[in-house]
Amino acid sequence: MGVHVRSTVNGDAVEFTCPEDEVLLDVLRNRLGLTGAKEGCGTGDCGACSVILDGRLVCSCLVLGAEMDGKVVETIEGMADGAKLHPLQQHFIDGAALQCGVCTPGFLMAADALLRKNPDPTEEEIRFGLAGNLCRCTGYDKIVRAVQAAAKEMRG
Amino acid sequence: MKPLAHVGKALAHDSAALHVSGAAVYIDDIAEIEGTLHVAPGFAKEGAKGKILSINLAAAQAAEGVVAVLTAQDIPGKNDCSPVAGDDPIFANGKIEFHGQVIFAVVAKTRDAARRAARLAVIEIEKQKPDVTVADALASNGDLLPPYAFTSKGVVAALKNSTHRHAGQLKIGGQEQFYLEGQVAYAIPQEKGGMFVHSSTQHPTEIQHCVAAMLGIDDAQVICQCRRMGGAFGGKESQAAQWAAIAALAAHITGHPVKCRLDRDDDMMLTGKRHDFEATYEVGLDKSLRIAAVDVLLAARCGYSADLSAAICDRTMFHADNAYFYPQYKIATRRLKTNTISNTAFRGFGGPQGMVFAEAMMESIAIQHGCDALELRKKNLYTKQRNTTPYGQKIDEHLVGKIMATLEKTSSYQKRRKDNAKFNAKSSILKKGLALTPVKFGISFTNTMMNQAGALVHVYGDGSVHLNHGGTEMGQGLYQKVAQVVAEVFGIGVDKITITATRTDKVPNTSPTAASSGSDLNGMAARNAAMAIKARMAEVAGRQHGVHPSKVTFWDGQVSAKTKSSSFAALATACKGARVSLSATGYYSTPAIHWDRATGRGHPFFYFAYGASCSEVLVDTLTGEMKVSRVDILHDVGHSLNPAIDIGQIEGGFVQGMGWVTTEELVFDAEGRLRTHAPSTYKIPCASDVPEDFRVALYESKGNKADTIYRSKAVGEPPLMLPISVWCAVMNAIASLKPGTVPKLDAPATPEAIMRAVKSLGVK
Repeated sequence: MGVHVRSTVNGDAVEFTCPEDEVLLDVLRNRLGLTGAKEGCGTGDCGACSVILDGRLVCSCLVLGAEMDGKVVETIEGMADGAKLHPLQQHFIDGAALQCGVCTPGFLMAADALLRKNPDPTEEEIRFGLAGNLCRCTGYDKIVRAVQAAAKEMRG
Repeated sequence: MKPLAHVGKALAHDSAALHVSGAAVYIDDIAEIEGTLHVAPGFAKEGAKGKILSINLAAAQAAEGVVAVLTAQDIPGKNDCSPVAGDDPIFANGKIEFHGQVIFAVVAKTRDAARRAARLAVIEIEKQKPDVTVADALASNGDLLPPYAFTSKGVVAALKNSTHRHAGQLKIGGQEQFYLEGQVAYAIPQEKGGMFVHSSTQHPTEIQHCVAAMLGIDDAQVICQCRRMGGAFGGKESQAAQWAAIAALAAHITGHPVKCRLDRDDDMMLTGKRHDFEATYEVGLDKSLRIAAVDVLLAARCGYSADLSAAICDRTMFHADNAYFYPQYKIATRRLKTNTISNTAFRGFGGPQGMVFAEAMMESIAIQHGCDALELRKKNLYTKQRNTTPYGQKIDEHLVGKIMATLEKTSSYQKRRKDNAKFNAKSSILKKGLALTPVKFGISFTNTMMNQAGALVHVYGDGSVHLNHGGTEMGQGLYQKVAQVVAEVFGIGVDKITITATRTDKVPNTSPTAASSGSDLNGMAARNAAMAIKARMAEVAGRQHGVHPSKVTFWDGQVSAKTKSSSFAALATACKGARVSLSATGYYSTPAIHWDRATGRGHPFFYFAYGASCSEVLVDTLTGEMKVSRVDILHDVGHSLNPAIDIGQIEGGFVQGMGWVTTEELVFDAEGRLRTHAPSTYKIPCASDVPEDFRVALYESKGNKADTIYRSKAVGEPPLMLPISVWCAVMNAIASLKPGTVPKLDAPATPEAIMRAVKSLGVK
């Protein structure tokens, strides 16, 4: 059994039969080979599996694969425009805003979702906007600075 | 002297471009080989201590997708995954000693099927009352390892004759590593009974050895590889072995590749953490408030087995002085057995617990005597005359006083103390606190044997370079730092160097990447390998150009002698043509260190890393809520190998340590069950917990006095202890409620702990 799912992932059409209890994170990682989203906790508390579903930031470990039917999914793998990195990606590199890297895709997704809603956030809005994403390595300061720098560049 | 071209540059982490693209491959991201199976550990739902009366695995065996169920009886070799003492069974046999101890494992076609089936086992335990806390273990007289102390002859008399005496107690909490990538291993059977294991480990050599002993085969038949870890922090030094062993056993028995990746809750219940301690102390002071004697007992919850507790508790003792001279001392430890998961390495390795005791003592003395804590701290620092540690090593580098003096100015400490006093006088509920505390952290493994490293460097005929060494990458930027060192030696761009995964068949017999030693040891080993090849290349160039090899220079991709020069790549081709080897191993062992544990004397540390931080907090004394409002840090890394990476280590270490002393609380119930086994109940700092005003600077160093790699200093662990200033600032804030009385504040200073401390003052 399963649910017939038609969806768009990073601009590509996908179609498959999804077991009812399979979560979006496992669909992305195991069916589509998109391993950028990570399982940090499996309970929606760490943000390492963050993706954007129809414009909304979600923990993909808490969303059923069946729920992506008819919806648009964006993951870290689709963030760059070909070889050209998104300003957030570039500022994360330039600002040394990463260490072990496991949380990085989730932070980039969360920051992207935040800046789409609020292109000129205050520092407090950035910190609270990213509070659902845990990083154990960096101490967050460089992440916040990178998001500020990218936001500034994107506002032009 | 020529300036350095690559070392000291703030280059990006070697995998930065992969990380931002989601393209960095961690073990769970490796494309699975056809036929890969998954294994999940199983344990008794109830019970923390007692005989295993029965194990019924029939339902697990019969569950859908299950291929095999494994127990201790299936292990062909040694049922042990301990790092030192031989007391950590891979599968419990006959009895369990903590809640969650692994008794069996289920191998299935999917991870989900394996995990679901593991819950179907019916295991009966003859339950006994567990010792859970330090107090339980003290009451049971449960020493896991013999007590050990540094004791000076005159300590009793010095305490007795002191002008002032002060006694105190402090509970120091443990800490979960909470690496974002949980424990994971992927084992692939090889020809002739061999095994290849991908393991997320800080210690590939130990994984190799553990798997070989478990299978009863030679070490040489096992290869362990680790390209990168998603964080480790000490939690993958010894704790990675059990999962690698279970994956390898399952692979051996089924003949299929097998992956073992722990669920977060299992990971937190089944792997060791930072040791909790209880400190009980008495300190004597002379009339100028200089310490005359310190008598402290540090009692550690070690858990059910030895693991690395001996070395960890020793390091607690080595740091119970922090940066202060104790003329007379008794620094004693008890290493207690409890029926909890065996505590293990975590950034600082026992040092932070010793240091937080020292700083809590300082803060308490200052409160009791109504003096400024910074003045008290400065008065008691090691000096050129008062320079001998309780373990006999003399301090020969006196940077910490300078660092504190600079930070006192740049953080406007004095003005802010006055401002806070005014604020606190007017504000009855919200109270501000400020503290400036030092860090002095000893660098080297205290087990002298472990201070060695190896590297393997190849130059290919096209001038490209392959770099491999025994150090592992856990996000700290070690691979990048070592690549910068090798680029410097060869005078070529870092982009010409390909960094390769750490594996036991390239560099054997390695030490764990731990004790902050990664770049000190592996940087030197890789440099030695590169220097050996460079010397051979210089010979060839010298012959070509008719000059002595010492006159040949390597710079900016060119190799020059007199007026002639050629590219590095052309020289590599020429060397191959001249039948000169372009491959070398490099080796390094730290000089000048020794330690005699029997006498408690020696020179265990090659050098010390120093830093200081000044933290301000705002405490709501009605609710216990606390906010860190500003942090200033000045930290010494010698000549930095990479300032971007080093500052990242300092910031990240600070915030991780801030979690330890503020929000991260491990709660075990009376049955010995860990009740905080997920991020929903265990609170590590998030972006909104870190102050916006966070000022971090590197101390302008003249370079490490010790002859380290390019005169740099280790930076992995020392910054974790900087946020002890946050805890002291909370004390400072609470104490303003009743000057002269020391609040009974424990660590971590959670809202509950703050409320208890406020209550302890008995003010309305």
